[in-house]
Amino acid sequence: MEFGIFTVGDVTTDPTTGITPSENERIKATVAIAKKAEEVGLDVFATGEHHNPPFAAPANPPVLLANIAAQTERIVLSTSTTLITTNDPVRIAQDYAYLQHLSDGRMDLMMGRGNTGPVYPWFGKDIREGLNLAVENYALLRRLWTEENVTWEGKFRTPLQGFTSTPRPLDGIPPFVWHGSIRSPEIAEQAAFYGDGFFHNNIFWPLSHTKQMVNLYRRRYQHHGHGKHDQAIVGLGGQVFMRKNSQDAVREFRPYFDNAPVYGHGPSLEEFTRETPLTVGSPQQIIDRYATMADHVGDYQRQLFLMDHAGLPLKTVLEQLEILGGEVVPELRKIADARRPAHVPATAPRHAERLVALDGTPVEV
Amino acid sequence: MTRRIVAVTAGLSEPSSTRLLTDRLTEAVDRHVTAHGEAATVEVIELRPLAKLIADQMLTRFPSGELTAVVEKVISADALIAVTPVFTGSYSGLFKSFFDNLDVNALEGKPVLVAATAGSARHSLMIDHAMRPLFSYLHASVVPTGVLAATDDFGTPGLDRRIDRAAAELVSAVLGSVAGAAAGRSGFLPAEGEEREAGFTDRFDEVTDFAELLRRASS
Repeated sequence: MEFGIFTVGDVTTDPTTGITPSENERIKATVAIAKKAEEVGLDVFATGEHHNPPFAAPANPPVLLANIAAQTERIVLSTSTTLITTNDPVRIAQDYAYLQHLSDGRMDLMMGRGNTGPVYPWFGKDIREGLNLAVENYALLRRLWTEENVTWEGKFRTPLQGFTSTPRPLDGIPPFVWHGSIRSPEIAEQAAFYGDGFFHNNIFWPLSHTKQMVNLYRRRYQHHGHGKHDQAIVGLGGQVFMRKNSQDAVREFRPYFDNAPVYGHGPSLEEFTRETPLTVGSPQQIIDRYATMADHVGDYQRQLFLMDHAGLPLKTVLEQLEILGGEVVPELRKIADARRPAHVPATAPRHAERLVALDGTPVEV
Repeated sequence: MTRRIVAVTAGLSEPSSTRLLTDRLTEAVDRHVTAHGEAATVEVIELRPLAKLIADQMLTRFPSGELTAVVEKVISADALIAVTPVFTGSYSGLFKSFFDNLDVNALEGKPVLVAATAGSARHSLMIDHAMRPLFSYLHASVVPTGVLAATDDFGTPGLDRRIDRAAAELVSAVLGSVAGAAAGRSGFLPAEGEEREAGFTDRFDEVTDFAELLRRASS
């Protein structure tokens, strides 16, 4: 199983000090966080894509991910999410294939529609066509990666005549794709149809909801003939804050929780931790809570944690990653490996494994 | 078949004239159901004790605590009685917030009786200018008579007549629809071994096949 972190790149004032990082500080901190994630043994770093303040997430994630790829050796780079609606699928095909070469296949990506309304008109799109954009654009993206010579005509983009997307995917193998959605069954269906991964970002949602979306995806994955339902590739979000003593964790995290974007000034920390995957406490409490996720959604392949939001200073985030990578993830990995049946994949397909499967050529990992 | 009717009332004071109006409406509805030789349960839900949970749901987007069961009762009721005080020319913010939190199809086809209390009869058109559009947006089926009770109406026989007439309309809408609200939602069957998530109308049992999604995308 893969464990990692995902960021939304929010530039948020630290409610305990009143200090707001500059965009430059936030961007550099993101790189430091990704490097630390690798250092503490995490498997994945994923970044969101944003086009509006207060976010300093990249408008085009490969810009950030290529920089991190150059400074890391092992960690898988991904997105959370890449906007399949408002980006030109041709640019997605080209930019991510380029990243695939630079990172030697150490990347995948997650498609999302984006929930910031004005982004659509800013890029000349109509949010009411969001689902159709996701369907048409992704169908084109796949062709651009798998076919050398594409002649295409659709509804949302200018036609292509004899177009070759460059660079070609590394070793002729397109990047692995996840589809992220919180409430749209159509996106779970899309992921299942193509045999792609499905990621439910459940950090603001009760597990009862997550379970329904994942079950739908699993049923349809089997229906579309990609394997058994329990072999479908599932990822979940998560959110934790840890200290040796759980009381210290609660005391330190509470002001960040109370003022956080999205849920701040609403439910109490205690209510929100009861209803959603947010867990604040000792490392053992985190282990106990996240070890039970598979009881609800089945054995799954990727767990990403949101660690660097709500104004938490870089120093704290790096400490949190030390605890996550040092104490929590090794235990969760052990538990996941012990309970997973042999026929269920441990991770989403990685480039090296897919290359072996393709032509039998062993590669150095 | 016993019909399940739910009244949502948004009065804030204790005792509340909005609750008083609600009780008279539920009593009249019960009487009309009985007159048809049918049975109904009528449950009154006060929003006041749920105020914090309603505000939480506005921020988190999902109901929590006892609000989940309340939303579920409203979604699955055969008919709804919705009563609010008039605040600043309209329904109260608490009343609106409760309905803002519902999924857009949560009240589809459901018979609804709308009623309000006000300081004076000058607010009478609030029911038609504010409450009806709200429930029209949610695709509810609002009965023709709305009941506005101004303070001095509580001493006049005219209020009784309007209550009676609105209750009769609601009951005939409920008894007239063969299977109640469920009829409009045929096909809303939970998948095997799975139930709809409490408080939401999302259905994950059925999905449009991707071939159809692809066809639609570019047509």
